[in-house]
Amino acid sequence: MSKTGKDTVDTTRVEVNGRPRDLRADPATPLLYVLRGELALNGAKFGCGMGQCGACTVLLDDQPVFSCVTPLAACAGRRVRTVEGLGSAARPGRLQAAFIEHQAAQCGYCIAGMIVRAQALLDRVPHPTDDQIRRHMEPNLCRCGTHHRILAAIRAAAGAAP
Amino acid sequence: MILRTVAAGAAVVAAVLGIAIAWTRPAAIAPAAAPPAPPSAAVLAAGARVVALGDCMVCHTSPVGRAYAGGLGLATPFGTIYSTNITPDPDTGIGRWTSAAFRRALREGVARDGHQLYPAFPYTHTTRMSDQDIDLAYAYLMSRTPVRVRQPDNELIFPLNFRPLLAFWNMLYLRPGDGAAPGPGQVERGRYLVDALGHCAACHSGLNLLGGERNPPFGGGTVDGWHAPALTRLASGRVPWTQDDLADYLGSGLSLAHGAAKGPMRPVTERLAGVPRADVEAMAAYLMTIQQPARAMVAASPQAAPALVPAAVKASGTESAGAALFAAACATCHGPAAPLTRLANRPALARSSAVTGDDPANFIQTVLHGIAWERPAPGGAAAAYMPPFGDVLSDAQVADLAAWVRTGMAGRPAWSDVARASGKLRKEARP
Repeated sequence: MSKTGKDTVDTTRVEVNGRPRDLRADPATPLLYVLRGELALNGAKFGCGMGQCGACTVLLDDQPVFSCVTPLAACAGRRVRTVEGLGSAARPGRLQAAFIEHQAAQCGYCIAGMIVRAQALLDRVPHPTDDQIRRHMEPNLCRCGTHHRILAAIRAAAGAAP
Repeated sequence: MILRTVAAGAAVVAAVLGIAIAWTRPAAIAPAAAPPAPPSAAVLAAGARVVALGDCMVCHTSPVGRAYAGGLGLATPFGTIYSTNITPDPDTGIGRWTSAAFRRALREGVARDGHQLYPAFPYTHTTRMSDQDIDLAYAYLMSRTPVRVRQPDNELIFPLNFRPLLAFWNMLYLRPGDGAAPGPGQVERGRYLVDALGHCAACHSGLNLLGGERNPPFGGGTVDGWHAPALTRLASGRVPWTQDDLADYLGSGLSLAHGAAKGPMRPVTERLAGVPRADVEAMAAYLMTIQQPARAMVAASPQAAPALVPAAVKASGTESAGAALFAAACATCHGPAAPLTRLANRPALARSSAVTGDDPANFIQTVLHGIAWERPAPGGAAAAYMPPFGDVLSDAQVADLAAWVRTGMAGRPAWSDVARASGKLRKEARP
């Protein structure tokens, strides 16, 4: 499945935000660099590079993962969703709209990861309790301290769910 | 006629069993008339130390419950046993227990009302606690905040759900202690802490078919899908443990020579972080006295010798797949020049016990589930953190990674069946 041989010139096929993409990067590249470098999807951010802060969070087969420590080789044949896949500036998705409404971003560096991680929760649990939200969001850090606004935005988006 | 004989025979057997059970059934101890007087600060501190050394909290607290209120499900080959509430709540905890009832529970495995406790509760070890330490533990636990919560019933297979049978089990495995304090000297103190309080053998000896600890002890076992390494072979192998290494590891959850405590050992070290250094040093000193001679070990494990082979030279197919995964997923922290090893002085992955051990379980578990952030513990320092890769890597990729780390980086013979073990451990993982 994954193409990792040194002599291969093959590409790695990954479905990114619903579109199949044949990625040329070395399979030993972390997914984050491929998203930002090859696909210009700059939503996910490089924070710590060690899977500790969550700024690079994307969904891999609907599960939130740290893309800075996710090998491209591990994404072959799988589905990746980034914050860009959840809506656009013109037509923000439900979570994105709630984050704007609640002004949840201060510097904004962590926000793409926050939204993506929250999306994974709402996909699984449409109306989470506060405790579920807090536990689920724990891996993602915000240095500005806007946690209360982030929680409020997630609550609002969950409440607005059909 | 035959039917009648059989029925009569069964009746006789039942009667004999009944008499035996009635004969062995311990009496109830009357409930305490009033709660004990609040202990002095000195007794409280000494009791906290005993309870930390006994790791009571590790089993008697569930991940979603209050401290000492029980409810942690212990998966045994015989079914699931839920730990009990040992807060001083009068109805659901031990609030009505006298110190005599508490002492009998620790010494004989019998609850206040006379029912037999299951040996998941390590009374086969606490039976050798000193009277003084038992009283200190009692004083400490009775001064905790009472929590009113009834824990789920055990889910055990027949006939093990019939508690009186434990009287017979106890005849085989319970060697009651006499309440004496340990003898003088660091090693004796360490033996006492490892055996009576720490009950290390409960995990590190492995269990036989009857659920008794294997003898001789400390030959290694399995708990919750993790390998509990043999404690008799610590001083042999390519990276022998020293007494200082062990004391560091027990007291802080991290040995700079061997790596971090993970899995079920992690909460143990979190508790031991709160006891005086002299206690973990005593445990380490005792453990050094039970080491098998190194020469016997070399003969027993043919793979002890191979030298470290430069990785790039001998990469096979699966190893190079693993090397690619390693470069993206692991190298920022575990690569040769990573700040974690260069600045934070963490041991190279090739020295980690999870990599050098004969059983791949701990490597797989760590890759799949990572190491969680430290839970707040008194005196606990952040030992280690690792993100989980269970949602990132397939079982085949875990095996590729294992091939690279184990063989390519650490120069050890490959483990077999890693992908299958990974799939199995993934399924067994608790939610």
